[in-house]
Amino acid sequence: MPVGAASWSFTEDDLGAIMRSLQQFLYDSNARCAMLVDRSGQLVATVGEQPRFDATSFATLTAADFSANDQLARLIGETEFSSLFHQGEQESMYLVDIARRVILVVLFDNRTTLGLVRLKVKGTVEELARLFTAMFQRARDTMHQPNILAGAEDEIDRLFQ
Amino acid sequence: MSMINYAAREISCKIVYYGPGLGGKTTNLEHVYGRVQPNTRGKLISLATETERTLFFDFLPVDLGTIRGFKTRFHLYTVPGQVYYNASRKLILKSVDGIVFVADSQVERMEANQEAMQNLYENMLEYGYDLSTMPFVIQYNKRDLPNAAPLAELQAALNPGFEVFESQKQRIAPDPYHAGENLIDQIPTGEWVERAPYFEAVAVTGDGVFDTLKAVSKLVLKTLA
Repeated sequence: MPVGAASWSFTEDDLGAIMRSLQQFLYDSNARCAMLVDRSGQLVATVGEQPRFDATSFATLTAADFSANDQLARLIGETEFSSLFHQGEQESMYLVDIARRVILVVLFDNRTTLGLVRLKVKGTVEELARLFTAMFQRARDTMHQPNILAGAEDEIDRLFQ
Repeated sequence: MSMINYAAREISCKIVYYGPGLGGKTTNLEHVYGRVQPNTRGKLISLATETERTLFFDFLPVDLGTIRGFKTRFHLYTVPGQVYYNASRKLILKSVDGIVFVADSQVERMEANQEAMQNLYENMLEYGYDLSTMPFVIQYNKRDLPNAAPLAELQAALNPGFEVFESQKQRIAPDPYHAGENLIDQIPTGEWVERAPYFEAVAVTGDGVFDTLKAVSKLVLKTLA
């Protein structure tokens, strides 16, 4: 049995590849902003117009929203809702699952349409799914190797003195 | 699930405060929110009912310092204490890195404490997480109340210890927070047991709140070391 949830990491190269994919998507879809949030609610990346709201809270609520909807799906006999859409008067959100690992949140307004966002997001989801699957596989492969905090026990002790 | 962002040089971890209803989980977070520097914390988000009972969760992000050049960011969550909301309790445990069980010390809440502890084990098991091997700390809250149960009774009921089977771990480990006590010890019947670190607290005044948070955060970071 695992100790708990495993850790995962990403490098600057990973982030570069993610950002390029999302920038292309924003260009194609005319959406305002795309954010990637991991399933535990941590913000991984933001591309496009920088949000004027508290992005950390937003990421947490996004993950909670997605998790709650996953459970709702199961209650009605579905395995998941792979995407969610929240419509506002001016601003709308489209949320889509990436390889059961992270959530892509797209914020858009009336400069584009839900149809176009959904159409253009498909290829991006496939590309990001490949990237994240590789990243998580790498995390599994290196699980028993020392990591960045190896040997940092003293430093950790000092931090909490 | 701790996340290491090499690009931003950040480590993010998730800590969940669990326990019976009205035990002081939200109060713990409110105290942390009120006492840490505003530039090291984010907003305190509460998804609560109109009567301020936690409906889904409370959330507070805090930065606790830098290690090896990496900023350590902790996301603190509480779960709803009421059993009615078990579905949302379970969701919050997903990808957790460390647990604080906030027990209500009042004698009449003993049963509620035990139920919540049992429920925690069950919910963790459903995710395949083993509470006996992950960062886990118990806080006995409301120690100032006249009807608070004796510590020994609470420890016996809520923190009797997990049996230690690995022979290399079967040696006395002193409790760094309580002189003369041990976290790993051999009980009179011969078995070795490991207890979770515990703290006494009065969350409304803040007593013990940071001791608890520091202890669980340290345990979480040490799992990465």
